[in-house]
Amino acid sequence: MIEIKNINKSFGDRNVVKNVSFIFQPGKTNLIIGESGSGKTTILKLMVGLHEADSGEISYDGKNFPTLNNDEKQEIRKEIGMLFQGGALFDSQTLEENVRFPLDMFTKLSTQEKTERVNFCLKRVMLEGKNKLYPAELSGGMKKRAALARAIANHPKYLFCDEPNSGLDPKTSIVVDNLIKDITEEYGITTIIVTHDMNSVIEIGENIMFVHKGENWWTGDKSQVLKSDNPELTDFVFASKFMKSVFNATK
Amino acid sequence: MKPISHIGRYFALMTRVFQRPQKFKMYIRQIVVEIDAMGISSLSIVAIISVFMGGIIAIQTASNIDNPLIPRYTVGFTVRESIILEFSPTVVCLILAGKIGSNIASEIGAMRITEQIDALEIMGINSAGYLIFPKIAAAVIIFPVLIALSMFLGIAGGYLMACLPSAAFTTYDYVFGIQAFFDPSKLRYSFTKVLVFAFIITSVSSYYGYYTSGGALEVGKSSTNAVVYSSILILLFSLILTYLFLIR
Repeated sequence: MIEIKNINKSFGDRNVVKNVSFIFQPGKTNLIIGESGSGKTTILKLMVGLHEADSGEISYDGKNFPTLNNDEKQEIRKEIGMLFQGGALFDSQTLEENVRFPLDMFTKLSTQEKTERVNFCLKRVMLEGKNKLYPAELSGGMKKRAALARAIANHPKYLFCDEPNSGLDPKTSIVVDNLIKDITEEYGITTIIVTHDMNSVIEIGENIMFVHKGENWWTGDKSQVLKSDNPELTDFVFASKFMKSVFNATK
Repeated sequence: MKPISHIGRYFALMTRVFQRPQKFKMYIRQIVVEIDAMGISSLSIVAIISVFMGGIIAIQTASNIDNPLIPRYTVGFTVRESIILEFSPTVVCLILAGKIGSNIASEIGAMRITEQIDALEIMGINSAGYLIFPKIAAAVIIFPVLIALSMFLGIAGGYLMACLPSAAFTTYDYVFGIQAFFDPSKLRYSFTKVLVFAFIITSVSSYYGYYTSGGALEVGKSSTNAVVYSSILILLFSLILTYLFLIR
């Protein structure tokens, strides 16, 4: 479980994250949703330590991350898998080398065991047989899935996904969403997804925090998100007329 | 950003670069990759420039000797001294700063803006150590080899000029000249400079790449800064080391 308590972050005189608190449940897909520029990605980066919070607590199973020393932070980071918006695959390495990288760095597995794990992860994200391709040879959806394979290679306890659907067609987007959900349930991972994609919210939103102007504006799950009378959330959810008409038709 | 801040941040980065490697085997593998990328790919440019420069120095020296009291072997002597003392260690390193320095800054800069460095950090890897240390180690290993090759080919370039039918000096004069009054301690001076320059080129370029922020435009700027500041520092340290080794 990851808990954030009263975290704040400013860049210069711009207060980007304001007193945000939330509990991210293990074995569930926890979503941080909100408009572009609302502070979602900043919250994610604060949680993984890429930015330092001005104040507040970020605790991983009771350990307050910002107060840990470097070695303790690195121990927690070894349990984190992260899927970046652009994939962040290493350009100079093949798909196989990318997925094997965390295993080479942190495990004492034999070459055979590593190869088996890499093949398993690639199969899990439906990229079997693509081992020797370089990131430049992959489509956007394949890059996202490859990054997911790398993120799960070393059995993470926590999985962070920054806009996993951005730039993907609706079909591939659902494939990626379902993969993340299945992996979360299968391994009991605490998964945190930053998204503004409403399909993802409806498909996999088990524990949702809606961020508006840097604040935790609303919390709930996918069954509540469409019924909420919170005006800012309603504006966000029904920004598309199509969503609204589908919702009205199903009522 | 003020120069003092740059210097402070550079040394802070270097302390991270020289932290104990997390997995030594991975670092060794990276060093081998970097030796291949820096060394093998620079062989042709170093060879071409050295041969031509050796030839040019030989012709220019010969054409400027119009006093019959100056012996003809002076050509070989001048080529050897110019190549060993300044051309190979300093000028070739300036060229390598352009080639390798810009490459390092743009490679690390691109990794920064595409979040690959963030990915390493989140995995719990010391990204500065993993990315920069192998480059510095590889340069310190391979630069002396490249420069030794440059010295040999530069002197050979002068010999080729002596072989021309219209040459103002003979191959005998030239070979005698390159052996005359040889002081081996000058090689120590040259290779000390090479090691310092190898460190400057890789560490300064890595610094500019590592702290790139923004997009493609900033990667280009980092690359330019890497070459400009590496070159300035090479000349500054060349002056300091020359003073320390040859004047005092």
